[in-house]
Amino acid sequence: MIGDYLPILFVFLLAAGFALGALGLTHVVGPRIKTRVKLSAYESGVDPVGPTHSRLNVRYFLIGLVFIIFDLEVVFLYPWAVIFREQAAQGPFILYEMLFFLVVLLVGYLYIWRKGVFEWE
Amino acid sequence: MSGFDIAAALVKVLLVFGVTMLTIMLMTLAERRVSAFMQYRLGPNRVGFGGLLQPLADGLKFLLKEDIIPTQANRPIYLLAPVIVMVPALMTMAVIPFGAPLQIGEHLVPLQVADLNIGVLYILALTSVGVYGLVLAGWGSGSKYPLLGGLRASAQLISYELAMGLSIIGVVMLTGGLTFGEIIAYQQETGWNIWKQPLAALIFLIAIFAETNRLPFDLTEAEQELVGGYHTEYSSLKFAMFYLSEYANMITASAFMVSLFFGGWDVPFVDELAMGGWGVALSVLAFVVKVGFFLFLYIWVRWTFPRFRYDQLMRLGWKVLLPLALVNVVLTGFWLVWRAGA
Repeated sequence: MIGDYLPILFVFLLAAGFALGALGLTHVVGPRIKTRVKLSAYESGVDPVGPTHSRLNVRYFLIGLVFIIFDLEVVFLYPWAVIFREQAAQGPFILYEMLFFLVVLLVGYLYIWRKGVFEWE
Repeated sequence: MSGFDIAAALVKVLLVFGVTMLTIMLMTLAERRVSAFMQYRLGPNRVGFGGLLQPLADGLKFLLKEDIIPTQANRPIYLLAPVIVMVPALMTMAVIPFGAPLQIGEHLVPLQVADLNIGVLYILALTSVGVYGLVLAGWGSGSKYPLLGGLRASAQLISYELAMGLSIIGVVMLTGGLTFGEIIAYQQETGWNIWKQPLAALIFLIAIFAETNRLPFDLTEAEQELVGGYHTEYSSLKFAMFYLSEYANMITASAFMVSLFFGGWDVPFVDELAMGGWGVALSVLAFVVKVGFFLFLYIWVRWTFPRFRYDQLMRLGWKVLLPLALVNVVLTGFWLVWRAGA
């Protein structure tokens, strides 16, 4: 069982080695002529103005929260989908169970929609 | 695992890694050449044989450029971000089967690095890890344009991840398993999933364009608004790593699409398993052709559709694709129940 993941470990080591190797190599090989202007933040050639991490639009946070709710739902659907065919052979109960869950979720989805979380102006 | 299995796994790991790298290089060239042909010009055709060595020249040039680390950047995060983007991008190909099982002596070697029992979830999980890299790159740069680009990227990727995850559920319900072996075997028996799940295939196709940040969904790097997006402050190979990852993701997404909806390495009306070595060769060729078509589609769409506005992008993801994907799950459920009852 765990042996199935041995090739994944090989792939991980190879990919990580490649990425870190590229990072180190480019640091060693390239020229290094540092000036203050070159190392400052890029703002279309003008000196940076104001703080970088200023306040952000709240919608990004809302989308993040809504995403977590719906992603949990997707995760919940996966095991259900795997056993669906076996269970459906014994009757449609498995479908009604999930329909009930989806209806509950739909109420929340409509509420979020009406509240305008998906509107970006 | 026996010694033979481990040796076979090592060979396959190196083979898949090498072929992926080669395809990425060819893809960077194809992108420029095909774009050029679509705009009635020639594109890079001087380096090597008709431009074939152009990617190598590009790579060398990236390597020899100065490695700039801005003073205001958060050094550990800034340096780690390209690695976090690249490692998952190179790892996802591991579960995709690229050909029919090959008979070597008494061993039957599946042409797939690892047939995990959670194959589909493995890809979804790793692509989610990649999102961290983009956000951290934007945040760690300590500059305004990258920060905005990183935020946009995160909001866009998580929005379309939902539609992508939900569209696959229909296929999982049909197959009754999450391994790619089962999904392809099922399609060999009963025909490709595109015929049974056309809506899911369409949603999945749109979602993978958004997930790979390609036009018409490339708002994270909209040049006119954001300079370059999350990688504005990156130079040399660190910059190239973001691009390599993007192409690697495109290749994986195409292979994922082919495996889920277009039968993977399956050729319709042909029994590859009964044909021995030639069957294996034919199946690998079929897989390459199918993936190649979707890679071409990426470039084709790029020069066909204009970019979305951000509010349109969010509306499409949350108000259209997400409900449609849920409807698809319910319809698939009713259809399977009806068929089981009939």
